[in-house]
Amino acid sequence: MSVINAIEVSHLTKKFGIKTVVDDVSFNVKQGEVFGLLGPNGAGKTTILRMMTTLLRSNSGNVKIFGHDTLKEGRLARSMFGLTGQYASIDEDISARENLMIFSRLNGLSRSNSKRRTNELLEEFSLVTSADKALKNFSGGMRRRLDLAVSLITRPALIFLDEPTTGLDPRTRTQMWDTIKKLVAQGSTVLLTTQYLDEADQLADRIAVIDHGKLIKIGTPTELKQQVGGTSLNFTVKEIDQVDTAVKLVKDEFDTSIHQNDQQINIKLKKIDQLTPLLVSLQRAKITISNLTVQEPSLDDVFMDLTVGKN
Amino acid sequence: MDVQTHRGNLIMNTTTMAYRNLLKTIHDPDRFMDVIIQPIMFMLMFGYLFGGAIAGNVKNYLPTIVPGILIQTMLSAASGSGSQIREDLDSGVFDRFKSLPMAHIAPLAGQLFADILRLVIATVTCLTTGYLMGWRPVAGFGWIVVSGLLAIFTGWAISWIFALLGLLAKNATTVQSFSLITMMSLSFLSNAFIPIKTLSKTMQVIAYMNPITYVITAIRQILATGSLTHEALLVLIFGFGIVMIFAPLTVWAYDRNN
Repeated sequence: MSVINAIEVSHLTKKFGIKTVVDDVSFNVKQGEVFGLLGPNGAGKTTILRMMTTLLRSNSGNVKIFGHDTLKEGRLARSMFGLTGQYASIDEDISARENLMIFSRLNGLSRSNSKRRTNELLEEFSLVTSADKALKNFSGGMRRRLDLAVSLITRPALIFLDEPTTGLDPRTRTQMWDTIKKLVAQGSTVLLTTQYLDEADQLADRIAVIDHGKLIKIGTPTELKQQVGGTSLNFTVKEIDQVDTAVKLVKDEFDTSIHQNDQQINIKLKKIDQLTPLLVSLQRAKITISNLTVQEPSLDDVFMDLTVGKN
Repeated sequence: MDVQTHRGNLIMNTTTMAYRNLLKTIHDPDRFMDVIIQPIMFMLMFGYLFGGAIAGNVKNYLPTIVPGILIQTMLSAASGSGSQIREDLDSGVFDRFKSLPMAHIAPLAGQLFADILRLVIATVTCLTTGYLMGWRPVAGFGWIVVSGLLAIFTGWAISWIFALLGLLAKNATTVQSFSLITMMSLSFLSNAFIPIKTLSKTMQVIAYMNPITYVITAIRQILATGSLTHEALLVLIFGFGIVMIFAPLTVWAYDRNN
C-alpha cells in the first residue's frame, strides 16, 4: 500500500487582476519530509503557502492535505496542520499564556486539557518566566517561539512555517533551527518558505526554487548544487604585470570560464582534478600567487543562477 | 502522544472569542474611554446649553434628551465594533483564526458579544449622568432598566451593520469617518434633541423616515407609561430582523476576503 503524501499541489495558479503571481505550480511533499520553498522577495512563496493553508483561494488547480482537498474538505484539512505566518499571528494585546489558552480552546481542547497543554508548551519553548507579561515587551525571538508554540498545540502532523527566521539575530535563528530540527525528529512534516539559502541547506530535505510565480527547479540541496556545478578557485596574482600572462595561460591550457578583476582571478573548475596541473603550470611560468581559496558551490550560487529577482 | 480534541462548536468558539476580546479590554481599559466621556459630555453640553431654549429649563428638557443621547451613544459604541474588526483583520492574528478548524462566524460574533460590555457601560453612564442632572422618570427603576436593555439590544443589532462595513472597508480610518457621519446624521436628523413638530415640513418627513426616531420614541414611551408599548415591540422585531439579515452577510463578507 502506498503512503499518502502530506501535501499534493497540482497545477496551482493564482492571478491578482491580470498579473499571474503563481503560475501552474505542482509538487508533492512526502510524510516526514522537510520541504523548502526558496525564492527571492515577491516570488510567490507566501501566496503558494496561503493557498495551501486555505487562507487564499486559487484561480485553478488544487491542494490536498493528507489526501483531503482544501476546497471541498476545508475544515478537515485545516484540522491537520499548524501554521506560523510571516507576521506574528498571535494576539499582541494579551499575554503568552492567554494566547496559548485561547488557541487551545479554539482548537477544541477542553478547559483542563488547554491548561495542561499551555503549561507544557510554555515549558518547552522557555517562555515560563514571561508567560504573563504583555506581548508588547517580547523580543522578536520570543514572539516567534510563542507563534510556533501556538501552531503546535494540537501536535499537527504537518507544520507550515512562513519565513520562520526572517528578522531574527543569528543566535535566535540557530535556536529556531534547533527547534525545527527537533520537530522533524519527532516525525512531523514541515513545509517552510525562506529566502535564506543557508536555512534551506540546513533544514530542508528537498527544495523547490520559485521565481516569478513559477517553479524553476526541485531537488535535494546536493542535486541543486551539482546542477550549478563546478568548484570555484580564487587567487590573487602578486605582480600586476603578470596578470595577463596568467589569464592567457589558464585560457590556453584549461577550457574553463575565467573572471578577472584587477589582480583577482576566479576560475570555474570542471573537476577538482584540474587543480594540481593548473598550479603546476602557474609555477612553471614563475607566476607568484596568494590568497588561494577553493570553494564548493553553495546554494547562493544556485539562487543567483536560477532566479532573476524582481529588481 | 495525541492531543485530545473534539470539533469545536459554534457556541464554544464564540464564547472563547468573546473571552479573548474581553481580555483585550481588561488589558487596555482605555478602550472604554469613548463610551464614558462622550455621553457625559453631550449630556452636559446639550442639557445646559439648549435646555432653556427648547423646554424652558434644563429639568423639563431631560425627558427628551436622556433617551436621545442614550441612543446616540449606542450608535457610536456600535460603530466602534466596525473599526475594531477592521483593525483586527489587518493584524496577523486573523490569519490564524481563519486557518483553524472553527466556526467562521465565531471571531465576528465573539467581538460583538464582548462589545455588549461597552454598550452596558455607555448606558449606565448615560442614565447616571441624567439622574445626577435631575432626571426622574415617572415609570420607576424597573422600567428604566427595561428601557436600558432595549437601548443595548438596539445598539447590538446595529453593531452587526457596522461589522459588515468594517469587513468591506479598506481600512479602519475609512470605517471611523463613515461611522462619524452616520452617527451624526442619524442622531441629529431625528427627534433625539428636539420635538419634531418644530421642524419644517421637509425636515419632518426626513425625521420620520429615520429609524432612530422610532427607537427613541419607544424608549420615551416606556419611561413615560411604565409599559411595553406597541412601538417598543416594533423596535424589538426590527432589531431581530437586522441581526438575521446582517449576521449572514458579515460571514459572507468575511469568507469573500479569501
